[in-house]
Amino acid sequence: MEERPRYSVRVAGRTVQLPLVAWLTLIWLLMGDRFSVANVLSGIAAALVLVVVFPFPPLDPGLRFHPAGFARFAGRFAYDMARAAGPLALQAFDTGLQRRANSVVAVTLRTHSDFILTATSIALSALPGALVVDVRRQTGTLFLHALGAADDAGVESVRRLVLDQEARVVRAFGTREDRALIEGGTNP
Amino acid sequence: MSLAAQLPIAAFLLVGASASIGAGLGLLRLPDLLTRMHAATKPQSVGLLLVLVAVGIRFPTGEVITTLVLIALLQLTTVPVAAHLVGRAAYRTGQVRSEDLYVDELAEALDAAAD
Repeated sequence: MEERPRYSVRVAGRTVQLPLVAWLTLIWLLMGDRFSVANVLSGIAAALVLVVVFPFPPLDPGLRFHPAGFARFAGRFAYDMARAAGPLALQAFDTGLQRRANSVVAVTLRTHSDFILTATSIALSALPGALVVDVRRQTGTLFLHALGAADDAGVESVRRLVLDQEARVVRAFGTREDRALIEGGTNP
Repeated sequence: MSLAAQLPIAAFLLVGASASIGAGLGLLRLPDLLTRMHAATKPQSVGLLLVLVAVGIRFPTGEVITTLVLIALLQLTTVPVAAHLVGRAAYRTGQVRSEDLYVDELAEALDAAAD
């Protein structure tokens, strides 16, 4: 009983995480055509059936929402996506054809939260020329394929891009401990 | 619909479709798996998002917008996961030639783990 994650109840002998139920209900409502009480109730029922039939490991509760940080994060995300769209194809033709023009770079994040690791790797997919190819969860390390990182300066700039993106994610969603790790020192 | 109202819709559709064509061309033209993955993920996502924006402008009702938001959310969150799995599989089956890369810290990490 003590081991239960926060905001959870027991239903039919299973631990049900209420944030997960709320999230699944929201997705149900987005899929449905209109908002109604019946829709909400059937969404909650469907979510409960899902989490009881397919038990989910306890989620890391390390998630807070900071509206100002989120606005900055979302704005930058949209800007990066727009930048990645057009010129990327052309840029890729240039750098992809010459040998040893790209690198796979390992970057270890400063925070140790599963959520920040996941959100950062998703957010990185918006950056032009960077792609997460592997993740090591135990150490919080992301491995990125970087287009055009053909010298040490290029590799370093990729590292800085990743850590900056992590800082933006933490300022949007991080707990106090995460923020302390980001603000405490710029180097891990 | 007036012409002025249709213009932005047409613009979003055209730019979105061109981004998707760019993704397809990239897949054909790029030399190796990892660079092709860039083309398969980024311009493709942007293309889809722009087409979704066009649909949202054309049918600005709540039920359409919520479905579009759901599509965008699922696209943005599943593409990196798929890319990660393709990258993992490529590395572990020897499809990535480290000597073509300037540095390859993943190959180094995998070697260290194997020792």
